[in-house]
Amino acid sequence: MMQIVLAVTAVIFSLAAVGAIIRISRGPSLLDRVLATDVLLAILGGALCVDMAVNRHLNNLMLVVAISIIGFIGSVTVARFVADRREQPNES
Amino acid sequence: MSPDSTGLDAWVDVLSAVFMIVGATMSLGAAIGLLRFPDLLSRMHAATKPQVLGLFLLLASIGLQMRTWWVWPVLLVAWIFQLLTVPVSAHMVGRAGYRTKHLHRELLTSDELEAVVQKAAAKAAREDGSGDG
Repeated sequence: MMQIVLAVTAVIFSLAAVGAIIRISRGPSLLDRVLATDVLLAILGGALCVDMAVNRHLNNLMLVVAISIIGFIGSVTVARFVADRREQPNES
Repeated sequence: MSPDSTGLDAWVDVLSAVFMIVGATMSLGAAIGLLRFPDLLSRMHAATKPQVLGLFLLLASIGLQMRTWWVWPVLLVAWIFQLLTVPVSAHMVGRAGYRTKHLHRELLTSDELEAVVQKAAAKAAREDGSGDG
């Protein structure tokens, strides 16, 4: 049963990652890209969690903890220095 | 599979499988929301789903699958730190998005920040005027 769950979650995570990457590449503003990168990081952490749960090891657990602790620094840094350079607003 | 997948053990497996499927579906929902929602603020709403509830479900499935007690505090630490740090980044992104007007103002039902901003701007203008005069 666990192998079926692994296959199903792999397909779901792949589709989700593709959606986030499409938003990163297309995203009209910098903040949209930052937000989609956060979602991609959450998807990566979720995939690590599923791998650990299905295969019953804890090799990646510290990586998940570290992602949850310092994963916000990137988006905070970018959001701090974002500036409005568009010609007309509300084009997002 | 577990060594003896009968009775309670099988039910724990089923529960953790359901947690994993639902947690993965949260990520898919966030991706669909990112692709379909119109502006930054509504996309931020969709983006929080895998970060909080999705991570909780997947960490719980790890705890259920490992069948040990000592792993639960570590999972709790991971989830609590996620709960502490996600609002910080969401606040900063939302603040920068509001200031650079990455929002469709006609889609907002209420804008409580606008009154505060206007009051602060009026106060600053008044202080400038009194300082000049």
